Amino acid sequence: MMIWVNQIVQGILLGGYYAAIACGLSFMFSVMRIINLAHGSLAIAAAFALFVLADRFGISPFIGLIAVLPAMALLGWLLHRFILERSQRGGLLVPILSTFGLSIVIDNLLFEQFGANTRSLAPAIGSLSYDSWTISDDISIGKLAALTFVAAVLLLGGLQLFLTRTQLGRAIRATAEDPDTVGLIGINARTVNAAATAIALVTVGIAGAFLAMRATFDPYAGEPQLIFAFEAAVIGGAGSLWGTLLGGIVLGVAQSLGAQIAGQGFLIAGHVVFLAVLFGRLYTQQILAHFAKLVGRTA
Amino acid sequence: MSDSTALRIERWTSQSRLTAIAALVMLTVLGFGPAFFSNNIIDKLTTLFIYVILAVSWNALAGYGGLVSVGQQAFFGLGAYAAVRLANAGVPVYPALIVAPILVALVSLPISSFMLRLRAGEFTIGMWVVAELAHLLVNLDKLVQGETGTSLIALNAYDAGTRHAFNYWLALAAMTGMITLLFALLRSRVGSAIQSIRDNEEAAASLGVRVLTTKRYIFVLAAFGAALAGALWLSTAITFQPKTYFGVQWTAYMIFMVLVGGLGTFEGAILGAIIFAVIEAWFGGTGVWYLIGLGATALVFSLFLPRGLWGWLEGSFGLRLLPVGYRVEGYKGKPT
Repeated sequence: MMIWVNQIVQGILLGGYYAAIACGLSFMFSVMRIINLAHGSLAIAAAFALFVLADRFGISPFIGLIAVLPAMALLGWLLHRFILERSQRGGLLVPILSTFGLSIVIDNLLFEQFGANTRSLAPAIGSLSYDSWTISDDISIGKLAALTFVAAVLLLGGLQLFLTRTQLGRAIRATAEDPDTVGLIGINARTVNAAATAIALVTVGIAGAFLAMRATFDPYAGEPQLIFAFEAAVIGGAGSLWGTLLGGIVLGVAQSLGAQIAGQGFLIAGHVVFLAVLFGRLYTQQILAHFAKLVGRTA
Repeated sequence: MSDSTALRIERWTSQSRLTAIAALVMLTVLGFGPAFFSNNIIDKLTTLFIYVILAVSWNALAGYGGLVSVGQQAFFGLGAYAAVRLANAGVPVYPALIVAPILVALVSLPISSFMLRLRAGEFTIGMWVVAELAHLLVNLDKLVQGETGTSLIALNAYDAGTRHAFNYWLALAAMTGMITLLFALLRSRVGSAIQSIRDNEEAAASLGVRVLTTKRYIFVLAAFGAALAGALWLSTAITFQPKTYFGVQWTAYMIFMVLVGGLGTFEGAILGAIIFAVIEAWFGGTGVWYLIGLGATALVFSLFLPRGLWGWLEGSFGLRLLPVGYRVEGYKGKPT
């Protein structure tokens, strides 16, 4: 019995990581209606950048982030200027194709540079990677997992505050609402979207760092990360920040429980829960609409 | 206004009639291929036919239907898997390769009723999740033994030469059939309906187009095409390793072929498949840089030439070889 409780606890903590990787994807979708298929690959690129800093220069990943996050922001700005902005003019579907092409380029450039070996930042953070608090015989909480969860909550909270309290945050929300009209009130939608992409990539950098510390990664690890991020974002309701945290937790708990049942269960349970939530939502909408029609008729 | 009598709406131009005849002649010549081509050329052409099937099916889905899926490898893999299963159950191997995609098309029917309710981007990655799930579930099959995979041993009953020739003919027939089927579908009422949905779903619905049913036709057909390609690929590769068949690289190839050839142009998808087969033959051996080149080319085309090479040729020279739409002849600009 306690073993299941432990799996749930670990699942919740894992959900923190999923929320961290999902929030950038969800953020970009809500601001620009773009699904960035290079999202996972970019997280892995950030992880490799931190790996190089730690491996060659002995820089701790937490210090390394001071250099990597601004670089990710710059990358985001360039990504918007040279790829997203142009592809968006071609309609809703073109950005999907462009970012898919970009992800293939990133993955294979990483492979060309670093080879197929799996890497991890765990050796670079010392005992943090395995220290844990013991709650009971069956339940222990890893310090890194807890730190990831707290960081994810802070990240989501920070984004929330930024969007509601700052001038740029309000400009981003206004642009998301209606990119054509904001021009009339002196907001440059182009700059705002580039800034939003930069911010999204900073969150990608943070997520990449936690991925690299808590697990191993290789040049092609971006693919599953994109899928997990997407699943968490959709389960939570695309565009809602706290929903993303909830979505991450649902996904994490499902995977964790699935893994307890069978080895392959980890991934299968995650995908099944994702599809179940998706269709549950579609059909409740339909049933509600049907119900509303019935009520409307009798009234 | 006397000019207006000179206008006529045409579908078959003399150009396209000529193309149709040339295509028939070429297919007939190709039909005798095994008599005079070397084994190497037979294999290369078989691969090309499979690529054409992949390209035209993905183009029908994305270019005409506006349904961008990055999960078509689900059907590619299931097509091969179904063939392995059927052969294992005692079905003669070549009939199994044809029955398998039909079974997968039947499976895609319930999947379509779920997936097609999703919005654009959700559909795109949702299909990827379907592919991942299909891969994981196939791995659970004892016959497949996880990632170790299995092979279509029944094919060993044929000696190499016969097998290559059979694969070639089957692929040629499958490609011809698929192109004809899609050509007929896109020229029918369903074809107009599907394009109207791509351009504006609400407007199409308000004109009485049955949105979901129409999308379903194209979804099932595209699934059938991918499954057919998967089964044919199995016939040439013989081994079935789930990872190779359910890999997202198949979608990358489809996107590359269709983007370079011309998204939403019928001839473009075929052109893209030919270009891809040539590039692969030349650069496939360079490994990683080849893949980087593919990704970069797809990226550049999506940004600068979203209608691909054929879209550009069509626009520049007014070419119309395999007419899916209509054109107005005799219109010489506004009368002054």
